[in-house]
Amino acid sequence: MTTPRRGRSTASPGLPSWVLGAAGVATLLILLELLPLLGIVDPRFLPPVSQMFAALVTNASTPEFWVALAQTVTTWFLGLAISVVAGVVIGVIIGNSPFLREFTASTIEFLRPVPSVALIPVAVLLLGTGMASTLLLVIYAAFWQVLIQVLAGVQDVDPIASDTARSYRFRTVTRMRAVVWPTTLPYAMTGLRLAASVALILTVTGELLISGDGIGGALAVARESGAIASMYSYVIVAGTLGVLVNVLARWVEQRTLFWHPSVRLELVA
Amino acid sequence: MTTATVRTAPKRSRSGSRTRSLARRLFMLFALPIILVALWWFGSAGSTNYLNPPLSTIMAEFWPTWFGGDSFADTRFAQDVLPSVVRMLTGYGIALVFGIALGVLIGTNRSLRAFLEPVLEFFRAIPPPVLVPVFMLFMGIGPEMRIAVITIGCLWPVLLNTVEGVRGLDPVLKDTTRAYRIHGWRRLFKFVLPGASPQIITGARQSLSIGIILMVISEMFAGKDGLGFMIVQFQRSFAIPQMWGGVILLGLLGVVLSLIFRVITDAVLKWYYGYLQSQRGGS
Repeated sequence: MTTPRRGRSTASPGLPSWVLGAAGVATLLILLELLPLLGIVDPRFLPPVSQMFAALVTNASTPEFWVALAQTVTTWFLGLAISVVAGVVIGVIIGNSPFLREFTASTIEFLRPVPSVALIPVAVLLLGTGMASTLLLVIYAAFWQVLIQVLAGVQDVDPIASDTARSYRFRTVTRMRAVVWPTTLPYAMTGLRLAASVALILTVTGELLISGDGIGGALAVARESGAIASMYSYVIVAGTLGVLVNVLARWVEQRTLFWHPSVRLELVA
Repeated sequence: MTTATVRTAPKRSRSGSRTRSLARRLFMLFALPIILVALWWFGSAGSTNYLNPPLSTIMAEFWPTWFGGDSFADTRFAQDVLPSVVRMLTGYGIALVFGIALGVLIGTNRSLRAFLEPVLEFFRAIPPPVLVPVFMLFMGIGPEMRIAVITIGCLWPVLLNTVEGVRGLDPVLKDTTRAYRIHGWRRLFKFVLPGASPQIITGARQSLSIGIILMVISEMFAGKDGLGFMIVQFQRSFAIPQMWGGVILLGLLGVVLSLIFRVITDAVLKWYYGYLQSQRGGS
Protein backbone atom coordinates (compact mmCIF):
# COMPACT_ATOMS: atom_id res chain seq x y z
CA MET A 1 0.00 0.00 0.00
CA THR A 2 2.71 2.44 0.99
CA THR A 3 5.52 1.40 -1.30
CA PRO A 4 3.89 2.11 -4.66
CA ARG A 5 2.72 5.49 -3.45
CA ARG A 6 6.18 6.46 -2.34
CA GLY A 7 7.63 5.23 -5.59
CA ARG A 8 5.19 7.32 -7.55
CA SER A 9 5.82 10.47 -5.55
CA THR A 10 9.57 10.33 -6.14
CA ALA A 11 9.05 9.41 -9.75
CA SER A 12 6.65 12.25 -10.46
CA PRO A 13 8.43 15.23 -11.95
CA GLY A 14 8.11 18.80 -10.72
CA LEU A 15 8.52 20.71 -7.52
CA PRO A 16 7.99 19.46 -3.99
CA SER A 17 4.49 20.14 -2.72
CA TRP A 18 5.46 22.74 -0.12
CA VAL A 19 7.01 24.94 -2.83
CA LEU A 20 3.81 24.71 -4.85
CA GLY A 21 1.76 25.45 -1.70
CA ALA A 22 3.85 28.52 -0.95
CA ALA A 23 3.46 29.61 -4.56
CA GLY A 24 -0.32 29.21 -4.20
CA VAL A 25 -0.41 31.42 -1.12
CA ALA A 26 1.81 33.99 -2.85
CA THR A 27 -0.48 33.99 -5.90
CA LEU A 28 -3.52 34.58 -3.70
CA LEU A 29 -1.83 37.47 -1.89
CA ILE A 30 -0.73 39.06 -5.16
CA LEU A 31 -4.22 38.70 -6.60
CA LEU A 32 -5.77 40.25 -3.49
CA GLU A 33 -3.30 43.12 -3.76
CA LEU A 34 -3.71 43.74 -7.49
CA LEU A 35 -7.48 43.32 -7.92
CA PRO A 36 -8.39 46.45 -5.92
CA LEU A 37 -5.34 48.42 -7.16
CA LEU A 38 -6.27 47.84 -10.79
CA GLY A 39 -9.86 48.75 -10.02
CA ILE A 40 -11.28 45.36 -10.93
CA VAL A 41 -12.83 45.19 -7.46
CA ASP A 42 -13.97 48.31 -5.65
CA PRO A 43 -11.21 49.07 -3.10
CA ARG A 44 -13.83 50.41 -0.73
CA PHE A 45 -15.19 46.88 -0.47
CA LEU A 46 -11.97 44.92 -0.82
CA PRO A 47 -8.92 46.96 0.16
CA PRO A 48 -5.46 45.75 -1.00
CA VAL A 49 -4.15 42.97 1.16
CA SER A 50 -1.23 45.13 2.31
CA GLN A 51 -3.74 47.47 3.96
CA MET A 52 -5.41 44.52 5.65
CA PHE A 53 -2.11 43.45 7.16
CA ALA A 54 -1.30 47.03 8.12
CA ALA A 55 -4.65 47.18 9.93
CA LEU A 56 -3.85 43.83 11.54
CA VAL A 57 -0.56 45.20 12.88
CA THR A 58 -2.32 48.33 14.17
CA ASN A 59 -5.01 46.25 15.84
CA ALA A 60 -2.54 43.81 17.31
CA SER A 61 -0.72 46.63 19.07
CA THR A 62 -3.82 47.50 21.10
CA PRO A 63 -4.67 45.62 24.30
CA GLU A 64 -8.33 45.41 23.20
CA PHE A 65 -7.33 43.08 20.38
CA TRP A 66 -5.73 40.63 22.75
CA VAL A 67 -8.66 40.84 25.15
CA ALA A 68 -11.03 40.02 22.29
CA LEU A 69 -8.83 37.16 21.14
CA ALA A 70 -8.61 35.78 24.67
CA GLN A 71 -12.40 35.99 25.00
CA THR A 72 -12.95 34.04 21.80
CA VAL A 73 -10.42 31.38 22.70
CA THR A 74 -11.80 31.06 26.24
CA THR A 75 -15.39 30.63 25.06
CA TRP A 76 -14.29 28.13 22.43
CA PHE A 77 -12.18 26.11 24.83
CA LEU A 78 -14.73 26.05 27.66
CA GLY A 79 -17.55 25.06 25.32
CA LEU A 80 -15.46 22.37 23.68
CA ALA A 81 -14.19 20.97 26.98
CA ILE A 82 -17.67 20.77 28.48
CA SER A 83 -19.15 19.11 25.40
CA VAL A 84 -16.31 16.60 25.08
CA VAL A 85 -16.53 15.54 28.72
CA ALA A 86 -20.33 15.38 28.62
CA GLY A 87 -20.35 13.63 25.25
CA VAL A 88 -17.85 10.97 26.33
CA VAL A 89 -19.45 10.28 29.72
CA ILE A 90 -23.02 10.18 28.43
CA GLY A 91 -21.97 8.31 25.29
CA VAL A 92 -20.21 5.56 27.24
CA ILE A 93 -23.12 5.19 29.67
CA ILE A 94 -25.77 5.03 26.93
CA GLY A 95 -23.63 2.98 24.57
CA ASN A 96 -22.95 0.26 27.12
CA SER A 97 -26.60 -0.43 27.81
CA PRO A 98 -28.58 -1.88 24.88
CA PHE A 99 -31.78 -0.73 26.57
CA LEU A 100 -30.63 2.87 27.01
CA ARG A 101 -29.29 2.96 23.47
CA GLU A 102 -32.59 1.90 22.00
CA PHE A 103 -34.56 4.03 24.44
CA THR A 104 -32.73 7.26 23.61
CA ALA A 105 -32.09 6.63 19.89
CA SER A 106 -35.17 8.43 18.58
CA THR A 107 -34.66 11.43 20.86
CA ILE A 108 -31.00 11.76 19.90
CA GLU A 109 -31.85 11.44 16.22
CA PHE A 110 -34.45 14.14 16.64
CA LEU A 111 -32.47 16.61 18.74
CA ARG A 112 -29.18 16.33 16.87
CA PRO A 113 -30.22 18.04 13.62
CA VAL A 114 -31.98 20.88 15.48
CA PRO A 115 -29.83 23.83 14.41
CA SER A 116 -28.17 25.34 17.43
CA VAL A 117 -28.75 28.84 16.10
CA ALA A 118 -32.44 28.19 16.79
CA LEU A 119 -31.51 28.53 20.44
CA ILE A 120 -30.19 32.09 20.04
CA PRO A 121 -33.40 33.94 21.03
CA VAL A 122 -34.11 31.49 23.85
CA ALA A 123 -30.56 31.83 25.17
CA VAL A 124 -30.71 35.62 25.00
CA LEU A 125 -33.97 35.75 26.92
CA LEU A 126 -33.05 33.20 29.56
CA LEU A 127 -29.31 33.79 29.95
CA GLY A 128 -28.85 37.38 28.80
CA THR A 129 -26.32 38.65 26.29
CA GLY A 130 -23.18 37.50 28.09
CA MET A 131 -20.85 34.63 27.51
CA ALA A 132 -23.30 32.09 28.93
CA SER A 133 -25.58 32.39 25.88
CA THR A 134 -22.73 31.83 23.44
CA LEU A 135 -21.51 28.92 25.55
CA LEU A 136 -24.95 27.31 25.35
CA LEU A 137 -24.86 27.50 21.54
CA VAL A 138 -21.34 26.11 21.40
CA ILE A 139 -22.11 23.24 23.74
CA TYR A 140 -25.34 22.32 21.99
CA ALA A 141 -23.60 22.16 18.61
CA ALA A 142 -20.39 20.44 19.72
CA PHE A 143 -21.95 17.95 22.16
CA TRP A 144 -23.79 15.96 19.49
CA GLN A 145 -20.65 15.58 17.37
CA VAL A 146 -18.86 13.92 20.27
CA LEU A 147 -21.85 11.91 21.49
CA ILE A 148 -22.63 10.37 18.10
CA GLN A 149 -19.02 9.35 17.56
CA VAL A 150 -18.66 7.88 21.05
CA LEU A 151 -21.91 5.92 20.63
CA ALA A 152 -20.62 4.53 17.33
CA GLY A 153 -17.31 3.71 18.98
CA VAL A 154 -18.83 1.81 21.90
CA GLN A 155 -20.97 -0.15 19.45
CA ASP A 156 -17.92 -1.04 17.39
CA VAL A 157 -16.30 -2.98 20.26
CA ASP A 158 -15.19 -6.37 19.01
CA PRO A 159 -17.80 -8.85 20.31
CA ILE A 160 -15.13 -11.51 20.80
CA ALA A 161 -13.02 -9.18 22.92
CA SER A 162 -16.12 -8.22 24.86
CA ASP A 163 -17.09 -11.85 25.45
CA THR A 164 -13.53 -12.73 26.41
CA ALA A 165 -13.51 -9.97 28.98
CA ARG A 166 -16.79 -11.31 30.33
CA SER A 167 -15.47 -14.90 30.48
CA TYR A 168 -12.47 -13.74 32.46
CA ARG A 169 -14.87 -11.91 34.78
CA PHE A 170 -13.31 -8.51 34.22
CA ARG A 171 -14.77 -5.96 36.56
CA THR A 172 -16.80 -3.26 34.80
CA VAL A 173 -14.07 -0.68 35.33
CA THR A 174 -11.40 -2.99 33.93
CA ARG A 175 -13.58 -3.92 30.97
CA MET A 176 -14.18 -0.25 30.24
CA ARG A 177 -10.50 0.56 30.39
CA ALA A 178 -9.15 -2.45 28.57
CA VAL A 179 -11.84 -3.23 25.99
CA VAL A 180 -14.31 -0.40 25.47
CA TRP A 181 -12.03 2.60 25.75
CA PRO A 182 -9.34 1.60 23.20
CA THR A 183 -12.07 0.99 20.61
CA THR A 184 -13.94 4.17 21.44
CA LEU A 185 -10.96 6.50 21.61
CA PRO A 186 -10.39 6.85 17.83
CA TYR A 187 -14.09 7.64 17.40
CA ALA A 188 -13.99 10.12 20.27
CA MET A 189 -11.01 11.79 18.65
CA THR A 190 -12.89 12.14 15.35
CA GLY A 191 -15.71 13.67 17.38
CA LEU A 192 -13.25 16.02 19.04
CA ARG A 193 -11.88 17.15 15.69
CA LEU A 194 -15.34 17.83 14.27
CA ALA A 195 -16.52 19.45 17.51
CA ALA A 196 -13.46 21.73 17.66
CA SER A 197 -14.24 23.44 14.36
CA VAL A 198 -18.01 23.50 14.96
CA ALA A 199 -17.36 25.07 18.37
CA LEU A 200 -15.32 27.84 16.75
CA ILE A 201 -18.07 28.52 14.20
CA LEU A 202 -20.67 28.85 16.94
CA THR A 203 -18.37 30.92 19.15
CA VAL A 204 -17.96 33.49 16.39
CA THR A 205 -21.69 33.32 15.62
CA GLY A 206 -22.56 34.03 19.23
CA GLU A 207 -20.14 36.94 19.33
CA LEU A 208 -21.54 38.42 16.11
CA LEU A 209 -25.19 38.08 17.05
CA ILE A 210 -25.40 38.03 20.83
CA SER A 211 -22.58 39.35 22.95
CA GLY A 212 -20.70 41.68 20.57
CA ASP A 213 -17.36 40.90 22.19
CA GLY A 214 -14.46 38.74 21.09
CA ILE A 215 -13.17 38.54 17.53
CA GLY A 216 -16.70 38.27 16.07
CA GLY A 217 -17.85 41.35 17.96
CA ALA A 218 -14.74 43.33 16.97
CA LEU A 219 -15.42 42.42 13.35
CA ALA A 220 -19.01 43.67 13.56
CA VAL A 221 -17.84 46.92 15.19
CA ALA A 222 -15.20 47.47 12.50
CA ARG A 223 -17.79 46.98 9.78
CA GLU A 224 -20.29 49.34 11.37
CA SER A 225 -17.66 52.05 11.75
CA GLY A 226 -16.60 51.66 8.13
CA ALA A 227 -13.09 50.45 8.96
CA ILE A 228 -13.11 47.92 6.15
CA ALA A 229 -9.40 47.03 6.19
CA SER A 230 -9.70 46.46 9.92
CA MET A 231 -12.76 44.24 9.35
CA TYR A 232 -10.77 42.09 6.91
CA SER A 233 -7.93 41.90 9.39
CA TYR A 234 -10.35 40.24 11.81
CA VAL A 235 -11.44 37.84 9.05
CA ILE A 236 -7.77 36.91 8.69
CA VAL A 237 -7.51 36.45 12.45
CA ALA A 238 -10.63 34.26 12.48
CA GLY A 239 -9.29 32.16 9.63
CA THR A 240 -5.90 31.77 11.29
CA LEU A 241 -7.66 30.74 14.48
CA GLY A 242 -9.58 28.15 12.47
CA VAL A 243 -6.37 26.77 10.96
CA LEU A 244 -4.77 26.58 14.41
CA VAL A 245 -7.83 24.78 15.79
CA ASN A 246 -7.62 22.19 13.00
CA VAL A 247 -3.88 21.71 13.47
CA LEU A 248 -4.27 21.42 17.24
CA ALA A 249 -7.10 18.91 16.97
CA ARG A 250 -5.11 16.78 14.53
CA TRP A 251 -2.06 16.97 16.78
CA VAL A 252 -4.07 15.82 19.81
CA GLU A 253 -5.55 13.03 17.72
CA GLN A 254 -2.15 11.76 16.60
CA ARG A 255 -0.70 12.10 20.07
CA THR A 256 -3.45 10.09 21.78
CA LEU A 257 -3.71 7.51 19.01
CA PHE A 258 -0.01 6.92 18.38
CA TRP A 259 -0.60 3.19 18.99
CA HIS A 260 -3.53 2.95 16.59
CA PRO A 261 -3.01 1.32 13.16
CA SER A 262 -4.45 4.32 11.29
CA VAL A 263 -1.84 6.68 12.76
CA ARG A 264 0.99 4.14 12.63
CA LEU A 265 0.35 3.59 8.93
CA GLU A 266 0.47 7.32 8.30
CA LEU A 267 3.80 7.58 10.09
CA VAL A 268 5.27 4.81 8.00
CA ALA A 269 4.02 6.46 4.84
CA MET B 1 -23.69 -8.80 18.97
CA THR B 2 -23.59 -12.58 18.75
CA THR B 3 -25.16 -13.07 22.16
CA ALA B 4 -28.00 -10.75 21.25
CA THR B 5 -28.92 -12.73 18.15
CA VAL B 6 -28.77 -15.98 20.07
CA ARG B 7 -31.04 -14.61 22.73
CA THR B 8 -33.68 -13.19 20.42
CA ALA B 9 -33.80 -16.11 18.04
CA PRO B 10 -35.95 -18.47 20.16
CA LYS B 11 -38.25 -15.61 21.18
CA ARG B 12 -39.23 -14.90 17.58
CA SER B 13 -40.50 -18.42 16.95
CA ARG B 14 -43.05 -18.14 19.73
CA SER B 15 -46.57 -17.15 18.67
CA GLY B 16 -47.66 -13.60 19.22
CA SER B 17 -44.09 -12.45 19.60
CA ARG B 18 -44.29 -10.36 16.46
CA THR B 19 -46.90 -8.04 17.91
CA ARG B 20 -44.97 -7.96 21.15
CA SER B 21 -41.76 -6.96 19.40
CA LEU B 22 -43.65 -4.34 17.43
CA ALA B 23 -45.06 -2.94 20.66
CA ARG B 24 -41.58 -2.96 22.13
CA ARG B 25 -40.20 -1.09 19.17
CA LEU B 26 -42.96 1.49 19.31
CA PHE B 27 -42.33 1.89 23.02
CA MET B 28 -38.61 2.40 22.44
CA LEU B 29 -39.31 4.87 19.65
CA PHE B 30 -41.84 7.05 21.41
CA ALA B 31 -41.42 6.61 25.17
CA LEU B 32 -38.65 9.12 25.80
CA PRO B 33 -39.94 11.82 23.43
CA ILE B 34 -43.39 11.55 25.01
CA ILE B 35 -41.91 11.72 28.50
CA LEU B 36 -39.88 14.80 27.59
CA VAL B 37 -42.79 16.61 25.94
CA ALA B 38 -45.01 15.69 28.88
CA LEU B 39 -42.41 17.03 31.29
CA TRP B 40 -42.30 20.31 29.37
CA TRP B 41 -46.11 20.42 29.04
CA PHE B 42 -46.89 19.78 32.71
CA GLY B 43 -43.78 21.45 34.07
CA SER B 44 -44.68 24.69 32.34
CA ALA B 45 -48.47 24.30 32.73
CA GLY B 46 -48.97 26.79 35.55
CA SER B 47 -45.99 28.88 34.54
CA THR B 48 -46.43 32.55 35.20
CA ASN B 49 -42.85 33.22 34.12
CA TYR B 50 -43.23 35.62 31.26
CA LEU B 51 -40.20 34.32 29.39
CA ASN B 52 -41.10 30.68 29.79
CA PRO B 53 -44.78 30.37 28.90
CA PRO B 54 -46.78 27.14 29.19
CA LEU B 55 -46.30 24.80 26.25
CA SER B 56 -50.07 24.82 25.75
CA THR B 57 -49.93 28.57 25.08
CA ILE B 58 -47.04 28.12 22.64
CA MET B 59 -48.94 25.44 20.76
CA ALA B 60 -52.13 27.49 20.73
CA GLU B 61 -50.25 30.35 19.09
CA PHE B 62 -48.31 28.12 16.73
CA TRP B 63 -50.92 27.54 14.04
CA PRO B 64 -52.32 31.08 13.80
CA THR B 65 -48.79 32.55 13.78
CA TRP B 66 -47.39 30.52 10.93
CA PHE B 67 -50.42 29.21 9.06
CA GLY B 68 -53.02 31.89 9.78
CA GLY B 69 -54.19 33.83 6.75
CA ASP B 70 -56.91 34.05 4.13
CA SER B 71 -55.09 31.78 1.73
CA PHE B 72 -51.96 29.70 1.94
CA ALA B 73 -50.02 32.37 0.05
CA ASP B 74 -50.83 34.87 2.80
CA THR B 75 -49.49 32.80 5.63
CA ARG B 76 -46.17 33.53 7.25
CA PHE B 77 -45.13 30.04 6.30
CA ALA B 78 -45.44 30.84 2.61
CA GLN B 79 -44.16 34.41 2.98
CA ASP B 80 -41.13 33.89 5.18
CA VAL B 81 -40.33 30.26 5.82
CA LEU B 82 -40.55 28.85 2.29
CA PRO B 83 -38.41 31.60 0.72
CA SER B 84 -35.80 30.99 3.43
CA VAL B 85 -35.71 27.30 2.64
CA VAL B 86 -35.59 27.94 -1.11
CA ARG B 87 -32.65 30.32 -0.66
CA MET B 88 -30.90 27.79 1.52
CA LEU B 89 -31.40 24.96 -0.98
CA THR B 90 -30.34 27.18 -3.89
CA GLY B 91 -27.08 28.12 -2.23
CA TYR B 92 -26.52 24.57 -1.09
CA GLY B 93 -27.20 23.20 -4.58
CA ILE B 94 -24.78 25.64 -6.23
CA ALA B 95 -22.16 24.75 -3.62
CA LEU B 96 -22.64 21.03 -4.29
CA VAL B 97 -22.22 21.41 -8.04
CA PHE B 98 -19.17 23.65 -7.85
CA GLY B 99 -17.66 21.83 -4.89
CA ILE B 100 -17.81 18.43 -6.58
CA ALA B 101 -16.68 19.74 -9.98
CA LEU B 102 -13.74 21.70 -8.57
CA GLY B 103 -12.96 18.91 -6.12
CA VAL B 104 -12.65 16.33 -8.90
CA LEU B 105 -10.49 18.72 -10.90
CA ILE B 106 -8.17 19.49 -7.98
CA GLY B 107 -8.16 15.93 -6.69
CA THR B 108 -7.05 14.40 -9.97
CA ASN B 109 -4.28 16.90 -10.59
CA ARG B 110 -1.39 16.43 -8.20
CA SER B 111 0.38 19.73 -8.81
CA LEU B 112 -2.81 21.77 -8.75
CA ARG B 113 -3.69 20.15 -5.44
CA ALA B 114 -0.32 21.00 -3.91
CA PHE B 115 -0.65 24.53 -5.29
CA LEU B 116 -4.10 25.20 -3.86
CA GLU B 117 -4.22 23.10 -0.70
CA PRO B 118 -2.90 25.67 1.84
CA VAL B 119 -5.15 28.39 0.39
CA LEU B 120 -8.21 26.13 0.50
CA GLU B 121 -7.41 25.01 4.04
CA PHE B 122 -7.31 28.64 5.11
CA PHE B 123 -10.63 29.49 3.44
CA ARG B 124 -12.23 26.43 4.96
CA ALA B 125 -10.98 27.42 8.39
CA ILE B 126 -12.62 30.87 8.30
CA PRO B 127 -15.77 30.46 10.40
CA PRO B 128 -18.53 30.96 7.78
CA PRO B 129 -20.65 33.39 9.86
CA VAL B 130 -17.84 35.92 9.40
CA LEU B 131 -18.81 35.97 5.72
CA VAL B 132 -22.13 37.63 6.45
CA PRO B 133 -20.73 41.10 7.24
CA VAL B 134 -18.20 40.80 4.40
CA PHE B 135 -20.78 39.90 1.79
CA MET B 136 -23.11 42.64 3.03
CA LEU B 137 -20.50 45.15 1.82
CA PHE B 138 -20.63 43.84 -1.72
CA MET B 139 -24.24 42.86 -2.10
CA GLY B 140 -26.32 44.66 0.48
CA ILE B 141 -28.83 42.69 2.50
CA GLY B 142 -30.93 41.25 -0.31
CA PRO B 143 -31.55 37.60 -1.15
CA GLU B 144 -28.48 37.49 -3.43
CA MET B 145 -26.22 38.17 -0.47
CA ARG B 146 -27.82 35.38 1.55
CA ILE B 147 -27.56 32.86 -1.27
CA ALA B 148 -23.94 33.88 -1.89
CA VAL B 149 -23.05 33.50 1.80
CA ILE B 150 -24.70 30.08 1.96
CA THR B 151 -22.96 29.00 -1.25
CA ILE B 152 -19.49 30.03 -0.12
CA GLY B 153 -20.00 28.62 3.38
CA CYS B 154 -21.21 25.26 2.04
CA LEU B 155 -18.55 25.07 -0.66
CA TRP B 156 -15.45 24.23 1.41
CA PRO B 157 -16.57 21.04 3.16
CA VAL B 158 -17.86 19.58 -0.14
CA LEU B 159 -14.80 20.73 -2.08
CA LEU B 160 -12.17 19.49 0.36
CA ASN B 161 -13.92 16.20 1.02
CA THR B 162 -14.26 15.58 -2.72
CA VAL B 163 -10.54 16.25 -3.12
CA GLU B 164 -9.82 13.75 -0.34
CA GLY B 165 -12.22 11.22 -1.82
CA VAL B 166 -10.73 11.48 -5.29
CA ARG B 167 -7.23 11.28 -3.87
CA GLY B 168 -8.08 8.18 -1.88
CA LEU B 169 -9.46 6.24 -4.85
CA ASP B 170 -8.36 2.62 -4.87
CA PRO B 171 -5.01 2.58 -6.77
CA VAL B 172 -5.69 -0.91 -8.11
CA LEU B 173 -9.01 0.18 -9.59
CA LYS B 174 -7.28 3.28 -10.93
CA ASP B 175 -4.76 1.15 -12.79
CA THR B 176 -7.54 -1.15 -13.93
CA THR B 177 -9.47 1.71 -15.56
CA ARG B 178 -6.26 2.79 -17.22
CA ALA B 179 -5.50 -0.70 -18.45
CA TYR B 180 -8.99 -1.02 -19.90
CA ARG B 181 -8.69 2.45 -21.45
CA ILE B 182 -11.70 3.79 -19.63
CA HIS B 183 -11.43 7.54 -20.04
CA GLY B 184 -13.34 10.77 -19.95
CA TRP B 185 -16.95 10.99 -18.82
CA ARG B 186 -17.30 7.28 -18.49
CA ARG B 187 -14.39 7.12 -16.06
CA LEU B 188 -15.80 10.11 -14.17
CA PHE B 189 -19.31 8.73 -13.73
CA LYS B 190 -18.50 5.04 -13.40
CA PHE B 191 -15.37 5.23 -11.30
CA VAL B 192 -14.31 8.60 -9.88
CA LEU B 193 -17.61 9.92 -8.57
CA PRO B 194 -18.94 6.63 -7.14
CA GLY B 195 -15.55 5.87 -5.61
CA ALA B 196 -15.39 9.26 -3.94
CA SER B 197 -19.08 9.37 -3.01
CA PRO B 198 -18.76 8.30 0.65
CA GLN B 199 -16.38 11.21 1.22
CA ILE B 200 -18.43 13.60 -0.89
CA ILE B 201 -21.50 12.78 1.15
CA THR B 202 -19.62 13.32 4.41
CA GLY B 203 -18.80 16.79 3.11
CA ALA B 204 -22.36 17.37 1.92
CA ARG B 205 -23.65 16.46 5.39
CA GLN B 206 -21.36 18.99 7.08
CA SER B 207 -22.37 21.56 4.50
CA LEU B 208 -26.06 21.03 5.12
CA SER B 209 -25.82 22.02 8.77
CA ILE B 210 -23.58 24.96 7.89
CA GLY B 211 -26.16 25.99 5.28
CA ILE B 212 -28.97 26.01 7.85
CA ILE B 213 -26.83 27.99 10.27
CA LEU B 214 -25.98 30.55 7.59
CA MET B 215 -29.60 30.78 6.44
CA VAL B 216 -30.65 31.74 9.96
CA ILE B 217 -27.69 33.99 10.71
CA SER B 218 -27.89 35.94 7.48
CA GLU B 219 -31.53 36.67 8.28
CA MET B 220 -30.97 37.44 11.95
CA PHE B 221 -28.00 39.69 11.26
CA ALA B 222 -29.46 41.62 8.40
CA GLY B 223 -32.77 41.25 6.71
CA LYS B 224 -36.38 42.15 6.62
CA ASP B 225 -37.93 38.77 6.01
CA GLY B 226 -37.29 35.09 6.46
CA LEU B 227 -37.63 32.64 9.31
CA GLY B 228 -34.55 33.82 11.19
CA PHE B 229 -35.68 37.43 10.97
CA MET B 230 -39.18 36.55 12.21
CA ILE B 231 -37.82 34.74 15.25
CA VAL B 232 -35.61 37.67 16.21
CA GLN B 233 -38.48 40.06 15.53
CA PHE B 234 -40.74 38.11 17.91
CA GLN B 235 -37.99 38.10 20.51
CA ARG B 236 -37.42 41.86 20.23
CA SER B 237 -41.11 42.65 20.40
CA PHE B 238 -41.48 40.26 23.35
CA ALA B 239 -44.00 38.07 21.56
CA ILE B 240 -42.65 35.21 23.59
CA PRO B 241 -45.03 32.33 22.71
CA GLN B 242 -44.65 33.16 19.01
CA MET B 243 -40.88 33.22 19.42
CA TRP B 244 -40.91 29.76 21.03
CA GLY B 245 -43.09 28.59 18.16
CA GLY B 246 -40.51 29.90 15.69
CA VAL B 247 -37.74 28.09 17.54
CA ILE B 248 -39.74 24.85 17.39
CA LEU B 249 -40.46 25.37 13.69
CA LEU B 250 -36.79 25.97 12.97
CA GLY B 251 -35.89 22.83 14.90
CA LEU B 252 -38.45 20.80 12.94
CA LEU B 253 -37.04 22.22 9.72
CA GLY B 254 -33.57 20.98 10.65
CA VAL B 255 -34.97 17.55 11.45
CA VAL B 256 -36.97 17.30 8.20
CA LEU B 257 -34.02 18.43 6.06
CA SER B 258 -31.71 15.91 7.68
CA LEU B 259 -34.32 13.16 7.19
CA ILE B 260 -34.58 13.96 3.48
CA PHE B 261 -30.80 14.03 3.27
CA ARG B 262 -30.65 10.62 4.98
CA VAL B 263 -33.15 9.08 2.54
CA ILE B 264 -31.24 10.39 -0.48
CA THR B 265 -27.79 9.41 0.75
CA ASP B 266 -28.95 5.95 1.86
CA ALA B 267 -30.07 5.35 -1.70
CA VAL B 268 -26.83 6.70 -3.16
CA LEU B 269 -24.58 4.80 -0.77
CA LYS B 270 -26.50 1.53 -0.67
CA TRP B 271 -23.66 -0.29 -2.43
CA TYR B 272 -21.15 1.16 0.00
CA TYR B 273 -22.94 0.00 3.13
CA GLY B 274 -23.32 -3.44 1.57
CA TYR B 275 -19.62 -3.42 0.76
CA LEU B 276 -18.71 -2.45 4.33
CA GLN B 277 -20.94 -5.18 5.73
CA SER B 278 -19.41 -7.83 3.46
CA GLN B 279 -15.95 -6.67 4.50
CA ARG B 280 -16.86 -6.95 8.14
CA GLY B 281 -18.55 -10.30 7.74
CA GLY B 282 -15.61 -11.64 5.76
CA SER B 283 -12.88 -10.69 8.18
